[in-house]
Amino acid sequence: MSGWTAWLAPMLLLLAAGTGLARGVDVYRALGTGAGEGLRILLGILPSLIALMTAISMLRAAGFLEWLGTALVPALERLGIPPETAALLLVRPVSGSGALGVGAELMERYGPDSLVGRTVAVMLGSSETTFYIIGVYFGAAGVRRTRHAIPAALCGDLAGFLAAAWAVRWLFGYG
Amino acid sequence: MSWIWAGMVALSILFGAANGTLEEVSAAAMAGAQEGVELCLSMAGGLCLWSGVMAVLREAGALGMLRRALLPVLGRLFPSFRSDREVMEPLAANVAANLLGLGNAATPMGIRAAQAMARRTPGLASDALCMLVVCNTASIQLIPTTVAAARSAAGCRTPFDILPAVWAASACSLAAGIAAARLLARLWGDRR
Repeated sequence: MSGWTAWLAPMLLLLAAGTGLARGVDVYRALGTGAGEGLRILLGILPSLIALMTAISMLRAAGFLEWLGTALVPALERLGIPPETAALLLVRPVSGSGALGVGAELMERYGPDSLVGRTVAVMLGSSETTFYIIGVYFGAAGVRRTRHAIPAALCGDLAGFLAAAWAVRWLFGYG
Repeated sequence: MSWIWAGMVALSILFGAANGTLEEVSAAAMAGAQEGVELCLSMAGGLCLWSGVMAVLREAGALGMLRRALLPVLGRLFPSFRSDREVMEPLAANVAANLLGLGNAATPMGIRAAQAMARRTPGLASDALCMLVVCNTASIQLIPTTVAAARSAAGCRTPFDILPAVWAASACSLAAGIAAARLLARLWGDRR
């Protein structure tokens, strides 16, 4: 299963070049032009990424996430989510690498095939770095009034986390 | 976004003062800005490369085929842009790249669709733009390779046995996100 994913990116590159050549496209020039557009996109999202990462890094340093995590434990227990995953739930929407770090640590501590370990893995695999995506997309599109995008995206995240916890309980037959 | 950002900064100062971690907060502000630049640089190569690949595919007409294939689904989710090729072609490519788990490829394509959508409502997130963001914040990656690698690293022999649970959770997350976006679009003000 993991074998074919190694083929994916190189084969896509070959496929793009092949279709381009077959249709008479100047592949190398188009690739260069497109990469240049990519640079402009990067320049567009850099300012909003700086602003976002500054605020998120301040929140984490202040101990806000730990406080929220402890405050959430009773609610998580009632919802059927293992409370050990509280730290992951809070880091996941703001930092991809941070969440992977927290997740790897939890899998190490509880074992990858334990209830906590499996729940952590499913949560990681079924979610994205929500605030980063919102910052990048709206930064690039010059959107300042984000309306209902953030609450709707967080609803999706919450439903995903709940479903992850329930699905693991169900499919792997934990009590 | 301005209010959220100001709120995050205010909360950090409040908690920093209460926990006696104000010095760390102050250092984190500078480090965070640096992290933003590093994050941008770390994805620069992949983003530019996939942007180039998308340009080749567009000129070869392959994006048009992808758009036609996904139109029955995407046309329903984004009815106001159904006949807008400038939006639907990169959008279809964005969805395909997300399914394959190529995050670096999905980002420039999604951004291109977002920019084309934003031309109609400058500065404001239209219902369709919110839907685009929600569809991207819910993961639809079919094979979560990074997580599987992390499980293997922790000593798991069957890192892919979580796949059905991941698919179920992804589907729930996407469905709830879309439902919330539809519902909130109706409740929120100044829609266009």
